[in-house]
Amino acid sequence: MIHFVVHEEGDGVGVVVVEGVKAGQELIGWIMEDDKELRIAAKSDIPIGHKLALKDYQPGDTVIKYGVDIGKVVAPIARGEHTHVQNLKTKRW
Amino acid sequence: MDLTKASFWGYQRENGRIGVRNHVLILPVDDLSNAAAEAVAHNIKGAIAIPHPYGRLQFGADLDLHFRTLIGTGCNPNVAAVVVICIEDGWAKKVADGISATGKPVSWFGIEQHGDHDTILRASKAAREYVQWASELRRVERPLKDLWVSTKCGESDTTSGCGANPTVGNAFDKLYPHQVTLAFGETTELTGGEHLVAARCRNDEVRKKFQFMFDRYQAIIDKHKTSDLSDSQPTKGNIAGGLTTIEEKALGNIQKIGRKCIVDGVLDKAEVPTGPGLWFMDSSSAAAEMVTLCAASGYTVHFFPTGQGNVIGNPILPVIKLCANPRTVRTMSEHVDVDVSGLLRKEMTPDQAGDQLLECMFRTANGRLTAAEALGHREFVLTRLYESA
Repeated sequence: MIHFVVHEEGDGVGVVVVEGVKAGQELIGWIMEDDKELRIAAKSDIPIGHKLALKDYQPGDTVIKYGVDIGKVVAPIARGEHTHVQNLKTKRW
Repeated sequence: MDLTKASFWGYQRENGRIGVRNHVLILPVDDLSNAAAEAVAHNIKGAIAIPHPYGRLQFGADLDLHFRTLIGTGCNPNVAAVVVICIEDGWAKKVADGISATGKPVSWFGIEQHGDHDTILRASKAAREYVQWASELRRVERPLKDLWVSTKCGESDTTSGCGANPTVGNAFDKLYPHQVTLAFGETTELTGGEHLVAARCRNDEVRKKFQFMFDRYQAIIDKHKTSDLSDSQPTKGNIAGGLTTIEEKALGNIQKIGRKCIVDGVLDKAEVPTGPGLWFMDSSSAAAEMVTLCAASGYTVHFFPTGQGNVIGNPILPVIKLCANPRTVRTMSEHVDVDVSGLLRKEMTPDQAGDQLLECMFRTANGRLTAAEALGHREFVLTRLYESA
């Protein structure tokens, strides 16, 4: 059972691919590029398609996904926490 | 899937292009001609009208794009014959002349000094003859290279980037070596990943042209923006689906051009490619606008990956939808042609997903209606560059 996927090794976030993930739940992740497994505990309820942090972040940090910069952290994020518009913003526009 | 000897059954047009649909199009040049065009399509079964809200007092590059899109739509090989209707004779003839360069049957009608009744009567007679003529055309077997395939994604979410879009990329990587003419676009939706596209360009000349188109669109955003666009790009639907920033959305988007395809050329909006290979077309990221431009550029089949469930279709271009989000596949199954949600459960490999999409492409090219066609989705949306005079 895969709960979340990660594009490649080194990415700082994973994508939840099942419905109903709850805070405290032990999740199994799949690093697609390298076909590796990863385990992490969810710190928030996370809807399908939404991201969870794979490490702790501080404001000003850069988040990497697909091996590329996808924006800047604007509020602290703990490993396993829901990562979205409340704590991650674009660096463009 | 071995595509070396792959073929499909299509309609050979007068100019040698191959269509996979056989539409008789009733084409209004302007908003005022919609009523007459729709009346003709109502009278003549099998004819299709494509109403739209523009065509009056446009000028300069915006008017050029209007004509290029209408003429290109009429020229598309999925169209057998065209009836052009305009409030005035001059622009009716201009559009009809542009389409008749393909050699296909075209008639034009101006409404002024005739009124709707007389115009509808005369245009209906022409449309009836075309429909009956077109109904006797037969499909012929043609090699894969005669198919033109475009792509654009919509209502994307994070599953688009890890499932549906890489499936298109896998299919594009398989089609590219067989001299298929391919296209992608969505200029602003490359923001954050534009360097990856630039790195894939065939040479410096192509790269320079791509960068010009990219910078031109960024300048429009910078000129008009009142915020970081977080209400528009990503869309509310994208954000609901888990996409957070334009960079993240762009990187998912770019998965559609696979890993091997080279960007061989760059097109302005609704420009026609001059050879096989992968073309970048400068275009809006709004689904119906972009797909309309693909149809006007002559593409005959379209791959449309979605995450949250965009329902788009096009009047003349079959839009094949694929989705990797298991919730969307469950709640909106009538819109999904290819379910690749197994990718995210590791029950399907990218290679298998790409093959499933290609199999659906061949069936669609051979005549199977897409979900969007069966549901009557005929979104025809013209791109405007600025205000009318």
